[in-house]
Amino acid sequence: MAKWTIQAERCKGCGLCVDACPKQILRIDPDVINHKGHSPAQMTDETRCTKCGFCVLMCPDCAITVER
Amino acid sequence: MSKTNKPHSMTETHTHYCPGCTHGIIHRLVGDAIDALGIEERTIGVAPVGCSVLAYNYFNLDMTVAAHGRAPAVATGLKRANPESIVFAYQGDGDLASIGMAEAVHAAARNENITIIFVNNAVYGMTGGQMAPTSLPGQLTQTSPNGRDVDLCGLPVKVCEMLSQLDGPAYIARVAANSPKNVIAAKRAIEKAFRNQVEGKGFSLVEVLSSCPTNWGKSPKDALKWMDSTMIPYYPLGVYKDTSRREIDS
Ligand SMILES: Cc1ncc(C[n+]2csc(CCOP(=O)(O)OP(=O)(O)O)c2C)c(N)n1
Ligand code: SF4
Ligand code: SF4
Ligand code: SF4
Repeated sequence: MAKWTIQAERCKGCGLCVDACPKQILRIDPDVINHKGHSPAQMTDETRCTKCGFCVLMCPDCAITVER
Repeated sequence: MSKTNKPHSMTETHTHYCPGCTHGIIHRLVGDAIDALGIEERTIGVAPVGCSVLAYNYFNLDMTVAAHGRAPAVATGLKRANPESIVFAYQGDGDLASIGMAEAVHAAARNENITIIFVNNAVYGMTGGQMAPTSLPGQLTQTSPNGRDVDLCGLPVKVCEMLSQLDGPAYIARVAANSPKNVIAAKRAIEKAFRNQVEGKGFSLVEVLSSCPTNWGKSPKDALKWMDSTMIPYYPLGVYKDTSRREIDS
């Protein structure tokens, strides 16, 4: 089963994955603050995710995993 | 198939890098290369002085740290004493292109069979963003608040262009960690720089243009854009030397 997951505690809210996503389906979730004090990235519509992995490539913090 | 987040040769430890700092991307590419070549058990890394001084916490490898700029000398010793080991130095531009220039140039000239990952973010990151030898003409830094004055400070050092003039090195390439396309190219170059060592080809250095959003005073996103608009035109990407290619051509 194809799956996009994030380890929100690793995320620093930098937004590089948000900018890298060709489908523009990631966003920074303003309603969550992790223990580092950052608002993590969030998937908004996984049905449109092609599992291209660009978000994984651009994440400096190894927070995102894409399985396909 | 799974595009996993973290290479096996990296630890679970969260890094101390600033949000959006591409040191993290470059760490992952080094880990990916080590995983791909199956050399985790015999790889030794040398961390520098600079923001990546704590790299030994992030790689699941035998690691050491060298005095400022001396990583190529320490890597030389490790490799010569343990030829079966795969030895890499991870160095910033202040570390490699300023205080450690002599070590880098002579390791290249001797064609030491080591791998250097040279992270060029055009400032001294760790100490608060002072001008580095690699800072661009006109670049605003802590010590050049009106922009780098080339009449006073000279022009930036282009490490790949310079080292590729030497007869010694096997592989010299410049890549950038600022877009998915460039990161894919960076991944290939870094893997090649490690494979060269496994195959005994000799000194391989990959310069990776990297961001320092904190000291550039830019958002992580704008920092990557600045790399495209300003940094890459000054530091062109590409392979500057590849002796294995010459063998194929001739
Ligand atoms: C012998 C010595 N001189 C100076 C310093 C201070 N110092 C620490 S890090 C650094 C520069 C690091 O810059 P760079 O290599 O570009 O790495 P970055 O932090 O940008 O990744 C300097 C000058 C030191 N630690 N040791
Ligand atoms: S895998 Fe591709 S499409 Fe899916 S969220 Fe990541 S960048 Fe977007
Ligand atoms: S790139 Fe990584 S650290 Fe940055 S916001 Fe996305 S998941 Fe978080
Ligand atoms: S100071 Fe610059 S190089 Fe150092 S961790 Fe922060 S962004 Fe990265």
